Amino acid sequence: MTEEIPVLSMKRITKVFPGVKALSTVDFRLFKSEVHAIMGQNGAGKSTLVKVLTGVHQQDSGEILLEGRPIRPDSPLAARKLGISTVYQEINLCPNLSVAENIFAGRQPIRFGRIDWKEMARRSEEILKRLNLVIDVTQILSSYSIAIQQLVAIARVLDISSKILILDEPTSSLDETEVEQLFKVIRSLRNEGLAIIFITHFLDQTYQIADRITVLKNGEFVGEFRTETLPKLDLIAKMLGKELSEFNYAVEKDQRKRPLAFADKDAKNVLTVKDLGLRGSIAPFDLHLNEGEVLGLAGLLGSGRTEMARLIFGIDGANQGEIQVKGKKAAIKSPQSAMMAGMGFCSEDRKNEGIFLDLTVRENIILALQAKNGIFKYITTRKQLEIADEMIKSLAIMTPSANNRAGQLSGGNQQKVMLARWLATSPIVLILDEPTRGIDVGAKLEIMELILDLSRQGMGVIFISSEFEEVVRCSSRIAVLRDKVKVAELDGENISEASIMHTIAGGN
Amino acid sequence: MISWKSLRRSNILWPLIALGVLLLFNLFFTPHFFRLEIKEGHLFGNLIDILKNGAPIMLLSIGMTLVIATHGIDISVGSVVAVSAGAVAILIGGDLAGNPKYPIAVAMIAALLVCTAAGMWNGMLVSRVRMQPIIATLILFVAGRGIAMLFTNSLQLWLYAKPFAILGQGYVLGLPFDIYIVAFVLLFTYLFTRRTAVGMFIEAVGINPTAARLSGINANNILFWVYTFSGLCAGIAGLIVCSTVMNADGNNAGRLFELDAILAVVLGGTSLNGGKFYLFGSVVGALIIQTLTTTIYAFGVPADVAPVVKAFVVWAVCLLQSQRFRSRIARVFVRREASA
Repeated sequence: MTEEIPVLSMKRITKVFPGVKALSTVDFRLFKSEVHAIMGQNGAGKSTLVKVLTGVHQQDSGEILLEGRPIRPDSPLAARKLGISTVYQEINLCPNLSVAENIFAGRQPIRFGRIDWKEMARRSEEILKRLNLVIDVTQILSSYSIAIQQLVAIARVLDISSKILILDEPTSSLDETEVEQLFKVIRSLRNEGLAIIFITHFLDQTYQIADRITVLKNGEFVGEFRTETLPKLDLIAKMLGKELSEFNYAVEKDQRKRPLAFADKDAKNVLTVKDLGLRGSIAPFDLHLNEGEVLGLAGLLGSGRTEMARLIFGIDGANQGEIQVKGKKAAIKSPQSAMMAGMGFCSEDRKNEGIFLDLTVRENIILALQAKNGIFKYITTRKQLEIADEMIKSLAIMTPSANNRAGQLSGGNQQKVMLARWLATSPIVLILDEPTRGIDVGAKLEIMELILDLSRQGMGVIFISSEFEEVVRCSSRIAVLRDKVKVAELDGENISEASIMHTIAGGN
Repeated sequence: MISWKSLRRSNILWPLIALGVLLLFNLFFTPHFFRLEIKEGHLFGNLIDILKNGAPIMLLSIGMTLVIATHGIDISVGSVVAVSAGAVAILIGGDLAGNPKYPIAVAMIAALLVCTAAGMWNGMLVSRVRMQPIIATLILFVAGRGIAMLFTNSLQLWLYAKPFAILGQGYVLGLPFDIYIVAFVLLFTYLFTRRTAVGMFIEAVGINPTAARLSGINANNILFWVYTFSGLCAGIAGLIVCSTVMNADGNNAGRLFELDAILAVVLGGTSLNGGKFYLFGSVVGALIIQTLTTTIYAFGVPADVAPVVKAFVVWAVCLLQSQRFRSRIARVFVRREASA
C-alpha cells in the first residue's frame, strides 16, 4: 500500500485523570475507506481515546490532525461539526418517536415556523437509502428490530459532510444475521470513502470487518497492524501484553506453580448446570462443579464470563436450562433464591453492585446472612460484632473497627468485606467475579490464597479473572469462553495460559 | 446512658439544637410562651399546643422517614389524610344526636384499611411497575382528594358522635390523647426497624438497590411494605385530623401536609438520597416546624407573610445540618485563630 495521507492522525496523545494515566503517548491513524478496529482489554484506553477524539475529554498533550489540519474539539457538538460522527454503545434514541423524528431530533426542517413533516420524511428516507434501508419512516422506532434501530442511530449521526464514523460496540445486542446486515452497511459506507473506527470485544467480528487494528494496553500504544498480517493468537497476546514465546515457555512453569492437591476424584458434585442460556446474553452452556474444586472462567473482556455467573446466580433470568445444587433441582429466579439454595456471588462491579459505602463494615458483612435468616430472626448487634470481628481477623481486613464505614476502606479491603459477607452465609458454591480487579498486588495474592483455602475446606468456587495467569494459578479446571459461547474446558495438564489463548484463538 | 460523645455522633443533635434555639428565642421574646396552666385537670399552654397540633405531621414524618430512606418519596400522604377522614366520617355518619352509623371502632379500622390499601397501591407502582416514586405517588396525590370527596359526597361532613372526639381532643393523665398515639407509633416503628433486620435492609436498599438485591435482599418487598406503612401512618393522622375538628373536608384536610412531612424528615437528618434514617430526628423535625408555626402566630405575623419567615428559618436549619457548611465555618474559625 502506498503511503497516503491519513484522514485522521492522533499523535502522542496523553490524558491523565486524577490518579490514573488513561492514555500515555498513544498514536492512532485512520485512512479513507477503511475500517479500523481498536482493541484492548479493560482499562486499555479505548474509550478514553475515542472520547478525546469526540471532544468529551481534551488531551493533556499530543495533537490531533484532521486532514492535515490540527483540531481540538471541546465538545461532542464541535467534533460533529468537524465531521466526526459517533454512535455510542447504548442507543441514544427515543423508542416512542417515529424513525424520522429520531433522525432529525433537535434539527427538524422548519417551514413557515412549523416542522415540515413531509420534508423530514423525505430526507429521512434519503439518508436511510444510503444505508440500504427502505422502511416506513413515520412508524415509531420501537416497532423495528434492534438492528434497524442501530442503523437509524447511524443515520442520525451521518451527515453528508461526515468524514469519520465511530461505532462503539454496535453489535453487542445483535444476533448473527443482524450483525451481517450491519456489516453490509458498514462495508458500503467504507466503499463510499468513509473512515470508520470500530470498537468491539468480539474477535471474530474484528477479523470479518476490520482492515486495520490498533492495539492498546493499559493506556499505552502496543501497535498498529493490517488485519491480515496479525494472526488471532498474536492479537490476543498483544492485548494481554505478553510475547507468544513467553507463553509457550510458561507452560512448564505453570504446572509447577499450580497446587494440584485438591483434585479429588471422590468429591461430591455441588453444582450442575444444564443447557442454561439467555438469548442476547450468552449461548446455552453446561457446567459442573465438585466440592473442593475451583472452576476458572477464562476469556477476554466481553466473552460472556460475567453473563455466565449472573445467570447461575439468578441475577438475569435465564430463558432456558436448569440448575442443580447438590443433585437437587433448584428453581433460581432471583439472587435471593440462589442464596437460599446455598450460593454466594461477589460482583466484579464492587462500587455499584457490591459494597455499601455508607454502611459499617459490620453491617456490610452481616447483610447476606441476615437476608438468609429473614427479617425476624434478627442477629443481635453483639452477635453481629462477633461474626464481623471473626471475619476481620481471619481475612485480615484492615479497618480500625467493625463499626467504621466501609467507604473508608481501601479497595482490597472492601473486596474482602464482600467476600466476608458471603463466607458468613457458609455457601456451598461461591462465585467470584474478578475479585482481584483494581486492588494492589499484595491483596491479590491474599485473595488467591484465600480461594485455595476455601476450596481445601470443601467449598466449590467459580473464579473469574481477566488475568489468565491468576486463573491458571487457582483453578483445578477451566472453562474457556469466546464471543459469548463456552468453547472448551481445560483440566489437568492442559491448564496453561498458552492453551487458554490457543483455545480462544482457535475459532469454531 | 447517653454519653456526650454518642450524642455528638448521632444525627439527632443538630435538630435538637435547632429546636432548642427556637424555644430559647421564644423564652426571651414571646411572653408567657412557656406558661403551663392546669384547667379541669388538663395541661394547657403553648408547649402542649405544639405537641398536640404537631401530632399529624409527626405521624406522617414517621412513615415518610422509611420511604425516604429507600431513596423514595411519598407525596400522596396529605391526600390520604383526607381519604382517611372522609372514610371514617361517612361510616360514623352525621347524625345530630351523635349516634354512629357503624360502631366507631369499626369505622376507624375500616378507614385505616382503606389507607393501608392506598399505601399498597403506591408500593405496587414503585416496586412492581417500577414507576418513579414521585410520579407513582402523584397519582394518589391527585386522586386521593377525589376519593375523599366521593366518600363525603362532596360535602363537608360534620360529626357529632362524642366518643370519636377523644382521639383528637381527649386527655389522658393531663396530656392530650394524640400525643400517646404518636409515642406509640414512634416506639413501635423504632423497635420494628431497629430490633429486627428491617432497618438495615431499608438502608441497604436506599444506599444501593442493586447491591441489596445481589446480597439476597428482596428489595421489591421492602419497597412495597415501606409505602404501605406510610399509607397506614397517613391513615392514623387522618383520624386525628378528623377527630380534632369533628369534620371531614375532602378539599382541605391534610392539604400540603406532605410538604411539612418531607421537610420534617429532612430537618431530622435523613438524606433525600436515601440510606441512614433517623426516626426520632424526623419527629423532632416535625416539632421544629410546629414550634415555628406557633411562634410566628404568637408574634402576630400576618398569615400571608408567615411562609416567608418559615422558609428563612428552614433554610438556616438546613445549612446548619450540612456537613460541608459546618466544616467550612469551622475552617474559617480555625484560620482566624491561626492568624491571630
